[in-house]
Amino acid sequence: MPAVIISVAVVVVLLVLIFAVIGIYNGLVRRRKEVDNAWAQIDVQLKRRCDLIPNLLETVKGYAAHESGLFEKVTRARSAAMSARGTGEKIAAETDLGGALKGLMVQVEAYPELKANQNFLALQEELTSTENKIGFARQHYNDSATNYNTAIALFPAVIFAGIFGFRAAELWQITDAAEREVPKIKF
Amino acid sequence: MPERQTFRDLIAANKRNSALLLVLMFAFFLFLGGVLGGAFLVPPDMLYEGVFMGAVMGAVCAVLFGLLGWYGGTGVLMAFHGARKIEKRDNPQLFNVVEEVAIAAGVPMPNVYIMDEAAPNAFATGTSPDSASVAVTTGLLAKLNRDELQGVIAHEIGHIRNYDIRYSMLMAMLAGGIVMLSEVMIRASFFRSNRRSSRSSGGGQVQLVLILVGVVLAILAPMLAAMIQMAMSRQREYLADASAVEFTRNPDGLAAALGKLAGDRTPMEYSKATESMFIVSPKVGLRGGADDLFSTHPPIRERIRRLAALR
Repeated sequence: MPAVIISVAVVVVLLVLIFAVIGIYNGLVRRRKEVDNAWAQIDVQLKRRCDLIPNLLETVKGYAAHESGLFEKVTRARSAAMSARGTGEKIAAETDLGGALKGLMVQVEAYPELKANQNFLALQEELTSTENKIGFARQHYNDSATNYNTAIALFPAVIFAGIFGFRAAELWQITDAAEREVPKIKF
Repeated sequence: MPERQTFRDLIAANKRNSALLLVLMFAFFLFLGGVLGGAFLVPPDMLYEGVFMGAVMGAVCAVLFGLLGWYGGTGVLMAFHGARKIEKRDNPQLFNVVEEVAIAAGVPMPNVYIMDEAAPNAFATGTSPDSASVAVTTGLLAKLNRDELQGVIAHEIGHIRNYDIRYSMLMAMLAGGIVMLSEVMIRASFFRSNRRSSRSSGGGQVQLVLILVGVVLAILAPMLAAMIQMAMSRQREYLADASAVEFTRNPDGLAAALGKLAGDRTPMEYSKATESMFIVSPKVGLRGGADDLFSTHPPIRERIRRLAALR
């Protein structure tokens, strides 16, 4: 009798362990997928920003023709962002584009007729919202990556995370000091 | 309470409290079942068996009603008070704000509705993030700026992400289950044969006490269940506030919005069933929330204070 009980107990314990490992593994996979998803979402929002720009420039040009220097800067930054390859290059190009756009929108403050134009207001809302979305997409990516990194560092997942190939995800840091600056309004 | 808390601390605390309330509800099922089982299901000399049987019945009831509540919701079709679904072109700013928060929260974009109501308010519905909707009143759109609107939307999407609509249906089902359990048990006492042991039984006296306690409990049970249900509702409101900060990283937007909403005295139509779904109570007298055990929303003062502590 005792032998039967012991073997049943061993089988039960083994089954519990197997299900626990499956549960932990699936949890890690789900978190990893969320990280990948969040990364892709950043690209979606960056592309939306690029798509907005031609329309924006056309509207602004009608009222602020002598800001051509700024228009060129934005156009060049946009081409660079769209042709960039590799993560490092893309991040740098998108940061440049963000800076150029900020510079343009700050200058626009000096043109009251432009600010009264309905079309421009609609575009400004779109641009503001897209910048917010880029920010939120990065925030969500960092949150997902932190969630995932924590999950693979906790016990007992940490024991077999390496075996199954779960490696820590990199967080999105602000590398460009210029992006941290608050734009000053010049009149 | 520590001076500096992060929204993660708040969220963790809220999840613990929710779990505790669920355990409390389950324990209530067991206790009620046990008392009523011993009081009404068995003759006085079988008290232990009666209590045990009753507790088991209570547990089974709890699990059954719980499963029904958690999985049974076929998308509660709310009477939307004349709400119309909008596309992006109908109100680009509102649509953008909802989209921004959905990205920050990592949930799919919910349907967006506008209700024609002068009172500022908002609610969310949908048992899972894949099939969710948010609604705001025209009064809300008129009275809040973009940051405050974003705070309110973030609170609502917090409810969606945290499965709160499912939670409240679960609690409602369990509360209903408690009422049913007590009614069934009491009726059962009329059907059991009144075999009385000829021996003068200490069991008989204990059973009498049990019967008394059982009747009182059965009368109070709906009220007690409602108290647990409301406590859970208030807990999830705090959780939604903390989730709003998690998404927007801006406690001030929501705090300012809550202040404006609490001070508003515009009357608003509502039904008892949908009252708990709004961000502030539609009842004019309860806009500020309340401290008592039966209110669905916690006091706004306290909600704003907790948000301020997150700065």
